[in-house]
Amino acid sequence: MSYLMDNTEGTQYLLMGNEAIARGALEAGVRIASGYPGTPSSDIIESLAEIGKDMNIYVEWSTNEKVAMEVAAAGSFSGLRSLCVMKQNGVNVASDFLFHLAGSGTRAGMVLVPCDDPGALSSATEGESRFFARLVEIPLLEPGDFQEAKDITKWAFELSEEIRNLVMLRSVTRMSHASGNVKFGKLPRDGAHAGFHCDGFILDPMEGPMMSTPVGYKHAQQQEKMKKAREIFEDCPFNTYDGPEKPEFLIITSSACNLYSREAISILGVEDRVGLLKLATTWPLPPKLLKGYLSKTDKILIVEEVLPFLEENVKILVAEMAPEIGIKTFYGKNDGVIPMVGELNPDLVVGALAQILGIDYKAIPDGYMNKAEGAGISETPSRELTFCPGCPHRASFWSIHNALQLDGRKGFVCGDIGCYSLAMLPCGFSTLKTLHAMGSGGGIASGFGKLGQFGFDQPVLAVCGDSTFFHAEIPALINAAHHNSDFTLVVLDNSGTAMTGFQPHPGLKVDALGDDVTSVDIAEICRAMGARVEIRDPFDLEETQKTLNQLIQDKGGLKVLILRQICALSPEKKARKKYEMTIDEEKCLGENCGCNKVCTRIFRCPGLVWDKDKNVTKIDDVLCTGCGVCADICPAGAIERKEAA
Amino acid sequence: MASIHLAQDPYNIIITGVGGQGNVMASRILANMLVKRGYYVTIGETFGASQRGGSVMSHLRVSARSSWSPQIPKGRVDMVIALEPTEGVRVLKNYGNPQVKILTNTRAIHPVGVIAGELDYPSMEKIKNWVQELTSSAWFIDATDEAVKLGNPILGNIIMLGALSGVGVLPLDREDFKEVILGSIPQDKLDINLKAYDIGRQIIKQ
Repeated sequence: MSYLMDNTEGTQYLLMGNEAIARGALEAGVRIASGYPGTPSSDIIESLAEIGKDMNIYVEWSTNEKVAMEVAAAGSFSGLRSLCVMKQNGVNVASDFLFHLAGSGTRAGMVLVPCDDPGALSSATEGESRFFARLVEIPLLEPGDFQEAKDITKWAFELSEEIRNLVMLRSVTRMSHASGNVKFGKLPRDGAHAGFHCDGFILDPMEGPMMSTPVGYKHAQQQEKMKKAREIFEDCPFNTYDGPEKPEFLIITSSACNLYSREAISILGVEDRVGLLKLATTWPLPPKLLKGYLSKTDKILIVEEVLPFLEENVKILVAEMAPEIGIKTFYGKNDGVIPMVGELNPDLVVGALAQILGIDYKAIPDGYMNKAEGAGISETPSRELTFCPGCPHRASFWSIHNALQLDGRKGFVCGDIGCYSLAMLPCGFSTLKTLHAMGSGGGIASGFGKLGQFGFDQPVLAVCGDSTFFHAEIPALINAAHHNSDFTLVVLDNSGTAMTGFQPHPGLKVDALGDDVTSVDIAEICRAMGARVEIRDPFDLEETQKTLNQLIQDKGGLKVLILRQICALSPEKKARKKYEMTIDEEKCLGENCGCNKVCTRIFRCPGLVWDKDKNVTKIDDVLCTGCGVCADICPAGAIERKEAA
Repeated sequence: MASIHLAQDPYNIIITGVGGQGNVMASRILANMLVKRGYYVTIGETFGASQRGGSVMSHLRVSARSSWSPQIPKGRVDMVIALEPTEGVRVLKNYGNPQVKILTNTRAIHPVGVIAGELDYPSMEKIKNWVQELTSSAWFIDATDEAVKLGNPILGNIIMLGALSGVGVLPLDREDFKEVILGSIPQDKLDINLKAYDIGRQIIKQ
C-alpha cells in the first residue's frame, strides 16, 4: 500500500512537495486528476495514478494540457472535485480554455497546479504562471513549505467551492522536487456521484448551462468572486509573519523564497531587526493585512523569483495607501538587489540583505577559498550532457546528420522539447538549428517549406517525439499537408514519454491507471493527411540514411519518416542486451587508422572508451546496452557484435 | 544512540555522485532514518536535465527545529558523502569550510570527455591530497569494490550509509535502516543490503 493512502491522522512522513500536493488533494476528496507530463510537475499525477484504483479516482495523462483542463472541468461541472496539473509551459497551451473557464466558473472544487521552473533547470524557458492568475482573474495560492503544500491544496478546493471558480496553486522546482516532513490529516469517505445539471435558468450557476456568456454579466460576476476571495484572504491562516513588533526592515516573500529568506535572516543573525511576511495568497493581495505590516516600517525588500509580480502588485497597494501609511522605500528587482533571471537561493538573499543592511558577509573564508582554488579544482574534468548509452536518438541524429552532409545543400533540422533537444549539442552532432515549443519544429518547417518562391533551396527536416506528435504536432502537420509544404518530419518514436519517466500517451495500449486502451497509430494519421510515410529502425543506419536521402530528394510535399526504437532506459528494455560487443584489437588501428577516432570522438557513446595506453577503443561492459550500432560506424570493422544469448 | 546531539542545527549533508549511482535513494533512506528519530529533514535534489552520467547532488538539512531551505548556503556543509571522488572535490569548493568532514568512495566514473580521450582524470593520489587539505576529517572507502564483491556495484551507496553511521555524528540506528529500506526494496534483497550497511560501518570502526 502506498503511504499516501495512510489514514492515520497526525502520522508524519517525509514527502516530496509534489507528493504533499497529491496528499492534500486526497484529503480534499479529489475524484478527477488530469495532466500532461512535464518536469517538475509529473510526480503529482504519477502518485495519484498509482493509487487511483484503490481510492476510486479517475486519473489520466491527457493528450495535452488544454485537453487535461477540459477533462478536469467536466468533473467539476458534474459535482466532483478535480485537479489539473502541468508544468508552466502547459499553462500557455491551456490558456485559451483557461480564459473561458474562468468566465464560466466551476461547481465542485477545481484546482489548477502549475509547476514553474525558475532558472530553467529542466525547461527551455523560465516562463511564469503567476501572471496568468492576474490576467484571467482567478485566485493564486503559493505554499511556503512542505506541510503547507499539503494543507493549502486541501484549502484550495474549499476556496474554489466558496467562490465557484477555478483556483491556481502554483509550485516551483525547489518546492515540487524537494522533500520535507508532512503531518497527515484525515482522508474523507468516498461518496462521489456525478451528474451535470444544465436545464436550469441560463444565469443559474448551479443548474444552468456552463459558459462564459453573456460576457458582461459573467465577467462582472467573476470580479465579484475575486472580491470575495480577497475578503477570505484577509484571514487566510497561511499568510504568516515572523519578526519583531516594530521591524527596522520588512521582507515580503512567498513560495520557496520563504525558506531562502528565513535562512538569510538566520545566517546574518538579524532576527531582531528584520520582519518576514510570507504570503500564501499572492493574487489578489489582501489589502488590510498588508496595510497592517506596511505600517510597521518604511523599508521593504520583496524576495521572489524571475519577474517582479509580487513587487509590482505591492507597489500599487502602497501607492493607494500612501496618504495613510506614508512613503516607502522598496528594494527588489527594480533596483537590482534581487536578480530578475534565474532561480534564487539562500546566498542570493543573504547578499541582498547584507548589502541593504550594510553587513560585511563572506560565505567562504578567503583562506579556504584560496586553498580550494589551489587544490586543482580546474583539473577535475566536467561532465557534459549527452545521450544515454544505447539511446536511439544518437543513432537517429547520426543518420540525419550524415544524410544532410551528403546532400550538401545546407539542410537543417527544426526541433522542439524532449530528450532530443540535446541534438543542438555535439552529442547530437549539432544537427538541431531551431528549438521552441512543443510541436514548433513542424510548424516552423511548414513555413520554411513554402519559401521556394523566394529562392530558398535548403532541405528542411523537423523532428518530434511520439508523445509530442499527439500533443501539438498534428495541427502543424495538417497545415503542411494542406499547403503542400515541402519538408520531412522525422518522428523519433521511442514508445513513451521518455524524458519525464515513461508516462503513457495515446500511441500506447495502456493508460495512466494501467488499463488496456485503444492505441492511435501515428503512421495511419500521417497517411490520412496524404503524407508519404516510411517506418525504419534507427539502429539500421544504412536503411535509415538511404530512406532519408530519398525523402530529402522527393519534391512531392509532406514526407514523414517514423524512426521506431524503444528508449534504452525504458523498463522493458533495461538490462537486456541484444548484442555482446567486442573490439578486435588487431583491426583497431587507433591513431594510425585515419578515422580520427570517429567512434569515441564523434559518435561518442559513453559505452565506448578510448584506451590511451593501448591506442585502441574498448567497450565499457557495464555501460554498453548492446544496441550494436557502433559496429556499423567503424571503417576498419574492428567493433564486432554477436547476438547475446 | 538517541543521545547523539547534532553538532550544528541545521546539520548539513551533501550526497554527491553521478546519475545511476543510487544517490537519490541514499538521500531518501538517510532522511527517513532521521525522521524516525524525530528530526525535521529537508532534501533538495538536483536532477531533471542530469541524464545518466551527469552530476547529481542531494542536499540534506537535519534539524530539531523546522524545515530549512532545500539548498544549503555556500560554505555551510558539515558532512559530504561522495559516491564519486571528483564530485566530492567539486562540492568542497562550493560548500566546504575548514570544519567539514567527508566520506569518499574511491571508484572513479569517467566523464564522456575523458573516455573520448580529450580530458584527463586526476590520479587518486592527487584527489586524496586535495581532499585532505580541504577537510577536517576524511575517510576513503572502497565502497564500489566492496559492493562488486557482494555482487552488485549499486550497493556502494548503502556501504557509504553504513560508513556514515560508523562515524557517529548522527543518530543512525541499524533497526531504523532495516525498516526504512524495506519500503524501497523487496524482502529478499534485505539481507544483502544489511550486509552492505554493516560492511560500511565496519570499515570506519576498524
